[in-house]
Amino acid sequence: MADGTSVPVGVIASTPAATRKRSTMKRFAQRRSTIAFMLCLPLMLLVIAFVIYPAFYAIYLSMLNKKMTAFVGLGNFAFLLKRHTFQLVIFQSCLFAVTAVVMKALIGFVLAHLMHNIPGKNQRIWRGLLLVPWVIPLALSTLTWWWMFDPSYSAFNWVLNRFGFASVPWLGVGWIARFCTITVNVWYGTPFFMIMYLAALKSVPEQLYEASAIDGANAVQKLFFVTLPMMRNIIAITVLFSLIVTFADFDIVRILTSGGPQDMTHVFATYAFQVGIQSGDIPLGAADSLFMFPILAFAAFFVLRGVTRRTKEIAA
Amino acid sequence: MSATTMNGAAGRRAVRHKSLHRQRTWALWGSYIALAIFVVIFLVPPFYTVMTSLKSSAEISAQSGSPWIVHHPTLENFWYLITYPNFQTYYLNSVIVTVLTVAVSMVISVLAAFSLARMGFKGSQTLSTGVFLTYLIPPSLLFIPLFQIIGMIGLINSFWCLVLLYPTLAVPFCTWIMIGYFSSIPKELDEAALIDGAGYMQMLFRIFIPVAMPGLIAATIFAFTVSWGSFLYPLAYLYTSNQMVLTVGIVSDLIRGDVFQWGKIMAANLLASLPPIIIYAFLMDYYVAGLTAGATKG
Repeated sequence: MADGTSVPVGVIASTPAATRKRSTMKRFAQRRSTIAFMLCLPLMLLVIAFVIYPAFYAIYLSMLNKKMTAFVGLGNFAFLLKRHTFQLVIFQSCLFAVTAVVMKALIGFVLAHLMHNIPGKNQRIWRGLLLVPWVIPLALSTLTWWWMFDPSYSAFNWVLNRFGFASVPWLGVGWIARFCTITVNVWYGTPFFMIMYLAALKSVPEQLYEASAIDGANAVQKLFFVTLPMMRNIIAITVLFSLIVTFADFDIVRILTSGGPQDMTHVFATYAFQVGIQSGDIPLGAADSLFMFPILAFAAFFVLRGVTRRTKEIAA
Repeated sequence: MSATTMNGAAGRRAVRHKSLHRQRTWALWGSYIALAIFVVIFLVPPFYTVMTSLKSSAEISAQSGSPWIVHHPTLENFWYLITYPNFQTYYLNSVIVTVLTVAVSMVISVLAAFSLARMGFKGSQTLSTGVFLTYLIPPSLLFIPLFQIIGMIGLINSFWCLVLLYPTLAVPFCTWIMIGYFSSIPKELDEAALIDGAGYMQMLFRIFIPVAMPGLIAATIFAFTVSWGSFLYPLAYLYTSNQMVLTVGIVSDLIRGDVFQWGKIMAANLLASLPPIIIYAFLMDYYVAGLTAGATKG
């Protein structure tokens, strides 16, 4: 497809006549961009076939009735919004994503600072240990968490009983179960924040700290006026990525609670799975999962706008 | 007199130096202690997985003593799984799907990244932004329409559908990593190659891929991680145990109704986590560098 052996020959042969040179150069550029396009073709086909087309297909599906025989417009969306379960889903999805991302960002920030304090040669082993939660496939580690939350012979309850506290029905009561799903997500996602922040911390020039020390800045001032502004970009990107992934999370809730008790831990993804795949109401499931998109696009718009503005400020 | 003042100043400096030094030492030890606490908390679930996997079913159902330690360690769970045909099938399916996914994803993303970073064509800028934006459409939004599409293609309940779908999860990020690495290669290098008579493919294989090897490793690990650990697509599209991959297989095969064979589940959990753990143990530095390179540069 792109052996390209004639390209340099063309370049060399184009020297004699100026007109001929221009046309050869043009042909060269054209050929170059044709090859470039061909190289991108597999990527485009993949994205169009399995991302863009399904996304539009989802919009179409969401406007059909359950048997997919009649067009109902926005009926499914209206139906969902009126349903109490779905209102819980919206609330829980936002609560889950926002709380988990904030917790991950904070703990990750603390961890990155602690790592930054210790000498570089020791960081590798500590980082390796802290990355373990992130390395194990999430679906599998959630199984372990489930077993630890088990009501009858739970590891956590055993510890609680040992210290004289009563057993806690971890996954049996709505708010506690919500807390558990968030805990697992924080446990899984914090290492990612840590390594991103650690890289950002290392990229802050040491002179800035020296300059601020000469100006008499204390540790808190250094944090707020040097470290955080310098890390703003990377914090924004990491939070955006994590927000998308957390918002779209499926594994934790599906395995830990399957949405129960009383549908209090359902998020968009698990509810769409239950409605669309398990109950076979594909249009309703598609409508449910489409609710994710505007929220994600909204978040992405704001974070990316902040990032580009900041990059321009630096460039100016 | 001047000597005494000088002495005094030197003494003060020494004292301050000493206190600063002591402060640093305290900060260092404080960091180590805090990190140790975090490590212990973070490693509780893996530790518990290992402990449970070494327990016999009898010991688990007896429910006596501390659940945190194993009283009579046994390898019977591991032995059961290794000789259990279904588990072998899941493992084999996972390996096939992952190897193919990684191969397909890497070919697609290396070619595209080379083209986007170096050659360019009308609209290539839009395409690279567009690739990045596919992250706004997560799999949990796509799995329902894809259920219909996979059904139309006739790949429902066949692990081949995963080979088609997993690349969509891996390719955008792999392309992004590779674009970053490729564009950091000096332009003089490919001009020199062109003058020496190399074609684009030669340029890619002789110069770009060897130079960007760390990025290639990072992207490969990412593709591997995604396809080894994904749960939603196989759960939605695979039903029979001869087609299942590890994540779904463990969840649906070893949990039958209300009977939880926790020892076996945890042993399977460990066996399935082994490949990622081994890969990360050796290649983590590349992966971390690849992940953070793009973000810190931007």
